[in-house]
Amino acid sequence: MNARIVVAGASMAGLRAAEQLRAAGWTGAITVVGDEPHMPYNRPPLSKEVLAGKVPFESLAFRPRASVSDVEWRLGRRVVSAGLDERTVRLDDGGALSYDGLVVATGMRPRRLNCPGPLAGRHTVRTLDDAQGLREELTRPGARVVVVGAGFIGCEVAATAVGLGVAEVTVVDPLPLPMAGPLGELLGRALLARHEDRGVRFALGVGVAGFTGEDRVTGVVLSDGSVLPADVVVESVGSVANTEWLDGNGLDLRDGVLTDELLRVGGRPEVVAVGDVARFPNARYDGVPRRVEHWSIPTDSAKHAAKALVRHLSGEQEESTPFAPLPTFWSDQHDFRLQSFGAPVLGKDDVRVLDGDSDGDVLVGYHRDGRLVGVVALGGQAVAASAARYRTELLKQPALTV
Amino acid sequence: MKVVVDMNKCQDHGQCVFAAPDVFSLDDAGHLVYVSDPDDALRDEVEEAADVCPLQAIRIEG
Repeated sequence: MNARIVVAGASMAGLRAAEQLRAAGWTGAITVVGDEPHMPYNRPPLSKEVLAGKVPFESLAFRPRASVSDVEWRLGRRVVSAGLDERTVRLDDGGALSYDGLVVATGMRPRRLNCPGPLAGRHTVRTLDDAQGLREELTRPGARVVVVGAGFIGCEVAATAVGLGVAEVTVVDPLPLPMAGPLGELLGRALLARHEDRGVRFALGVGVAGFTGEDRVTGVVLSDGSVLPADVVVESVGSVANTEWLDGNGLDLRDGVLTDELLRVGGRPEVVAVGDVARFPNARYDGVPRRVEHWSIPTDSAKHAAKALVRHLSGEQEESTPFAPLPTFWSDQHDFRLQSFGAPVLGKDDVRVLDGDSDGDVLVGYHRDGRLVGVVALGGQAVAASAARYRTELLKQPALTV
Repeated sequence: MKVVVDMNKCQDHGQCVFAAPDVFSLDDAGHLVYVSDPDDALRDEVEEAADVCPLQAIRIEG
């Protein structure tokens, strides 16, 4: 019987897992199951270039490595349950797949606002189909847009909408500053000013109580009772891990799937998790398991997990190097870029300007116990490149112990 | 091995430079320059560079 690894999830993490299983020497069968009808594609442009109509949807598809040409793709199919003791997963068409190894790569879905009002006119931006639907409505003449959630996605969408020339864009968030959760107050203030200068309005320190309209949204009711007129609403209020299919296996699924430092799930060496569904302890930092929704994580985690899984299945000595990625992310908004290296969120209480000033291009350092744990550049290409120079320093540091 | 970067896509993120410093670099203005026919011994790092490119602008031929 031919040995098989099942990869649950056919997004970037699923593709990278398949490629890295081959790179690690796995010659058995690989079956990738994913609920979207599309082959894996690159998501970051969905809130920017795709929404702006600058690139065709087709250009987002990843070019899979030649090594995965014999992988079986079951697209438009969802894994609905798993029996980890029996090493079997069940699909939404009633079929079942048995496996020797399982890669959990089912990712996240957008969290939705649970408050009264019509659904039509309310959007999220996670998939190709989401972005396509939103673009059609944003490009209607005179569209008034309310973005709920002042995080990265929300602010990117607001910037893109302004660039499209929509009549009005307002971002609503219960917190007092945009993106301050991950970046802290100093950059939160700088980002608020930049967005306002470029035509984005904000309603901050206020939540959403509901939506007006009969068949479709006409306005957003805020928690202070006021109403913002809206033809289009974008909900960017975080995400929920797709782990329900793993219920009943005694796993810790409180926020994604808990893994050990080798990305193994539930103490089972034949089950690994990759991408943003994996809640892993990063040996580089404080050892607290966290999910990390950065674009770099699927690739980094797939490489590590695939190696560990193939070693186990081949009866080789088990992988022992802990997964310890240096987080990195970027965000393009209007005419500026945010570029981050390290873990700014761990150093938000000690933020120092390393170069420039917050009215212009600025490089900010985040410190914990006096030690640099992250840098973020805000501005143009030159300051982003200067952030990269701190990357080596961040990489060299010993583990942060708390 | 032949490396082709779609310069219409490239936005000078520089992630490829970290992955394959012998092949990719940023010039003084922060713009990408690269070796289009690197030694085959560098294949692993060039593949990694292609993986980590946020714009997926790097193609490996041969």
